[in-house]
Amino acid sequence: MNNVPIITISEVNKSYEVGNNKLHVLKGLNLTINEGEMISIMGASGSGKSTLLNILGILDNYDSGAYHLNNTFIQNLSEKKAAYYRNQYIGFVFQSFNLISFKNAMENVALPLYYQKVSRRKRNAIAMEYLDKMGLKDWATHMPNELSGGQKQRIAIARAMISKPKVILADEPTGALDSKTSLEVMDIFDEINAQGITIIIVTHERDIAERTKRIIHLKDGVIEQDYYKLN
Amino acid sequence: MFDLDKWQEIFATIQKNKLRTILTGFSVAWGIFMLVVLLGSGVGLENGVKKQFEGDATNSISLYQGQTSMPYQGMQSGRPVQFTNEDFDRTRELVKQADHISARTGIKGTGIIAYKNQYGSFDIACVHPGTQYIEETDILEGRFVNETDIKDKNKVTAISTIVRDEIFKGKKPLGEFVKVSGVPFKVVGVFKDKNDRDNRRIYLPISTAQMIFNGSNKIYTVAFTTGDMTAEESVKTEELLRASFAKRHKFNVEDKRAIWIQNNLQNFVRMLGLFAGIRMFVWIIGIGTIIAGIVGVSNIMIIVVKERTKEIGVRKAIGATPGSIVGLILLESVLITGVAGYIGLVLGVGLLELMAPQFSSPDSYFLNPSADFRIAIGATILLIIAGTLAGLIPARKAAKIRPIEALRDE
Repeated sequence: MNNVPIITISEVNKSYEVGNNKLHVLKGLNLTINEGEMISIMGASGSGKSTLLNILGILDNYDSGAYHLNNTFIQNLSEKKAAYYRNQYIGFVFQSFNLISFKNAMENVALPLYYQKVSRRKRNAIAMEYLDKMGLKDWATHMPNELSGGQKQRIAIARAMISKPKVILADEPTGALDSKTSLEVMDIFDEINAQGITIIIVTHERDIAERTKRIIHLKDGVIEQDYYKLN
Repeated sequence: MFDLDKWQEIFATIQKNKLRTILTGFSVAWGIFMLVVLLGSGVGLENGVKKQFEGDATNSISLYQGQTSMPYQGMQSGRPVQFTNEDFDRTRELVKQADHISARTGIKGTGIIAYKNQYGSFDIACVHPGTQYIEETDILEGRFVNETDIKDKNKVTAISTIVRDEIFKGKKPLGEFVKVSGVPFKVVGVFKDKNDRDNRRIYLPISTAQMIFNGSNKIYTVAFTTGDMTAEESVKTEELLRASFAKRHKFNVEDKRAIWIQNNLQNFVRMLGLFAGIRMFVWIIGIGTIIAGIVGVSNIMIIVVKERTKEIGVRKAIGATPGSIVGLILLESVLITGVAGYIGLVLGVGLLELMAPQFSSPDSYFLNPSADFRIAIGATILLIIAGTLAGLIPARKAAKIRPIEALRDE
């Protein structure tokens, strides 16, 4: 593992307005993640882990502090700029897969490249490569509703991978899967991580977290525990 | 714009919600259909009424003799006014702007026209050469009555195609002599009038007719075309003429029944104003109907955006720019309005085409309803603007969707 930071978060604060009250979710959070790390973020609901993930994924702004992603200062970006960085640096994997229902597996995987203006033919060819890696080549023309949960999540991972991101953000990636499929998905994450891609998994399942090398526990908007697992 | 993926996605969403799309499209199609039919009917009405004017120059003023309806300078009412050649001469002096002027009189007797052993009863109009332009007659062969005929009191006549067909039975009429109440007149021309009423007629030089048949200087009417007069000027001219006639014929200027003045120019200008009004009215109704359609489309698109919130969120998470999302929604909206509107346009034009043969009688005030090219182009532009407007609010809403909210699991 090298020690080049890919993500640095310093003194980040974030609060939401809930009615007349202000809910302070992240309270001066500090976190550094190096290139090639595989890390899981745990915490009870309300601990701020989803908020952290949204900020990391440039899906939400923060109030104060600083966030650097691959040495780029990320703050109050225009929608267009944010879309560009998401597309370039980050791959998302969601609990409910979020595949587009009227597109087949291959088209779903190819979608990020569409927004990079890659030609249809080229992006479909690349999508097939990635489906092949996930062992889903034969399912390329199937629609999402014809696939199992595990297959859907593998397609979602292929979609996250196709733009060659620096970081994969996975929000409860196994939350909708049975334990066997969950382990398969984690195996895939291991393989991806072996290629040097940073993986951040938000989860509340201990056995999933145990599969990563570093575990962070969030509680009430601050890091309660941050430790490396010794193998 | 011509991006296969975008179209594919639009068709996919439309296919998923066929009924909804059809119902929305229907409201737009109906709006355009109504607009086209109304505009086409307006054109039909305009055609029909214009046709009624067609037989005569649209800028002519005619004066007819009447009866006094007011006592004047000790004379009782009910006195007939008789025009004479003097009225014609004075009118010609008075109305400098008139480019064509003619008096008219008839002849006493039967009006039987005969050629060899063929004969028939026709209208006999004794006129000046100006009538050719006032009546807008088309000379098909030869010529009309001319100034020389008037000066020399030539016994010549111009006959209509109907007279030619009925009397000459296919023979060449030019140079032949027809007998008008027994007096031979040489045929110098054949004409056709757009107005069928004026087509059973022959024209004689007025001077010749007065000498042969009446032996007097009486005339029935004076008519002239007003040249480049405006409608206001034509009304002034009317007043001038009325005063001039009142003085000569000794009747009260206010006595509208002593002489009758038909001002085609004023009527025509009024009619044009009426049609402009009708057209505007139709556009207002049509656009109102279309706006109702647009609101429908807009409504549907808002629902579409709501339903696709999650999908749009995913797209944004994986790198879609707000612009691409706006484009997607706008394109779908323009597509629905465009296709639906086009169907409405085709149906509207189709109905007009079906209606047109039912309204082809020239006597009708409703003739050849049709939607011309300009209406179609106008409607098309309107549709594209409408579609864009309908999509604008929902598209902006879609662009504002925040991925985090969209992707939150409920």
